[in-house]
Amino acid sequence: MILLSEFQGFLTSLDIWDICFILLLAIFLGIEVISNVPAILHTPLMSGANAIHGVVIIGSIIVMGHTAPDNYFALTLGFLAVVLGTLNVVGGFVVTNRMLQMFKKKKQ
Amino acid sequence: MAISDILKICYLLGSLSFIVGLKMLSRPDSAKRGNLFAAFGMTVAIIGTVLFHENVNHATGEVSRIGNLPYIFGAIAIGTITGYLSAMKVKMTAMPQMVSLFNGMGGACAALISLVEMDTHHPQEFGLRFIIFLGLMIGTVSFTGSMIAFGKLEEKIKDYGSKIQQVINNLLVFAILGLIIYIAQGDATTDPLIWVVFAASAVYGILFVMPIGGADMPVVISLLNSFTGIAAALGGFMYDNQVMLTGGILVGSAGTILTILMCKAMNRSLWNVVSGAFSASGASGKSTEGLSISEINVTDAAILCAYSQRVTIVPGYGLAVAQAQHTCHEFEKVLEQKGVEVTYAVHPVAGRMPGHMNVLLAEADVPYPKLKEMDEVNPQLPNTDVVIVIGANDVVNPAAETDPSSPIYGMPIIKANTAKNVIVMKRSMGKGYAGIENELFYDKKTRMLFGDAKVSLEKLITELKSA
Repeated sequence: MILLSEFQGFLTSLDIWDICFILLLAIFLGIEVISNVPAILHTPLMSGANAIHGVVIIGSIIVMGHTAPDNYFALTLGFLAVVLGTLNVVGGFVVTNRMLQMFKKKKQ
Repeated sequence: MAISDILKICYLLGSLSFIVGLKMLSRPDSAKRGNLFAAFGMTVAIIGTVLFHENVNHATGEVSRIGNLPYIFGAIAIGTITGYLSAMKVKMTAMPQMVSLFNGMGGACAALISLVEMDTHHPQEFGLRFIIFLGLMIGTVSFTGSMIAFGKLEEKIKDYGSKIQQVINNLLVFAILGLIIYIAQGDATTDPLIWVVFAASAVYGILFVMPIGGADMPVVISLLNSFTGIAAALGGFMYDNQVMLTGGILVGSAGTILTILMCKAMNRSLWNVVSGAFSASGASGKSTEGLSISEINVTDAAILCAYSQRVTIVPGYGLAVAQAQHTCHEFEKVLEQKGVEVTYAVHPVAGRMPGHMNVLLAEADVPYPKLKEMDEVNPQLPNTDVVIVIGANDVVNPAAETDPSSPIYGMPIIKANTAKNVIVMKRSMGKGYAGIENELFYDKKTRMLFGDAKVSLEKLITELKSA
């Protein structure tokens, strides 16, 4: 199983145990956070979660930031990725904020 | 302190803000602050990455910082302005489409990262290649799937599905996964196959969402939302980036649970939704041929309401489409002035997303205590003089309780048929989103008030005020 050992080697280099702990805790946190949500907040919560996965923009910044300045193909795609990631983050948070504003207004 | 430590602190803050933000988002009083807190953490993580991220070349030991800054700032500026403007401009009724669109953007971003990473670094390790290809697949599926979901919610794309397509769909997933494992083992010569993975995933995303009924789109969006979360987490694996990992996994697991909760609200399994059984079944419930409906005019409806003690309004998506939530609130106020007790019965899946109707009514300043949940309202209905169903259909369909052959059998409903009188405001005798007949409309207690919900409500208000 050369394949498997290569895979294990790769994972060890990423400090597999740290990642496992992060994975485990994050999965349970996600479940825990959602389980007691009243139905009225389902839509804002989904929208908020949608904004949070916009964190993928960080990956696009990293890949863009380490692309050779003359690799126009990668630069174009990277540029597009950063635009789309930003759309996800900004749009997501603004839409969520607008929804929640409505709940707040009426409390006054 | 080393620069990499500062970056780690930024990521720690980011992760913390996501967790606390999500938790705060799940309570009404703290939701708004939770959202802002998560947005703040995201900003810290992004700025931290731009300023402090270092790439260490393992071969030469050379350390490089983030370059191409003008392009990055330009892209962020474009994204920020477009994202802000479109998010501010969108109508509250179109919110689900907007969430779907932004979700698709995130998926596309994840897919592009994989494409660029392959093009620039040509990684050789199996594990890394596998993660990159998997990220590409999930991100692309999420992107094209979200676009189709967007089109369906805009009612520009029709449902399409067949038994054969189900088989093709399943085969396609295995084919893509097989191809991914194959090229992950290979070297640079197999890299061009990444475009095949890309194209096949795009097709799969389309085929995956096409057969699913329009009414099930919220479930699909929630599912694709968690897909994008997983794609983001794979990016975190790829770059050993903690904030992408926590953020992505958090959304991945929370999104999955939310999807399951939504399915439960409709009393269906996720598999049932995903296989498109709802729309493909073709069942239309009991035939209502030979039954007749009775209409009511505005004057009679106004009198009926004015002389009632207790009126319950059941709002549906039709109310939202007619933009009648404000008029509805005014109607409710006029009735209250006449001493009628008015409440709203909000079904968990009323509107196009769970809680969507609450958002819409909140927009119209309807006081929160007036919004009653289904379980609270049903026992009260036999003592209710009039139930006014405004633009709702499937959520009050008694077939869900009485007809095992009905596609919505088992879905909890608001038992409007147990009230003393029912007024149904509808544009026409068209079927609901589920495409099935509704016996409630043919009930002896039911009177139909045809017309645009907003116009009808305005007429009712005038009538009530002059009486």
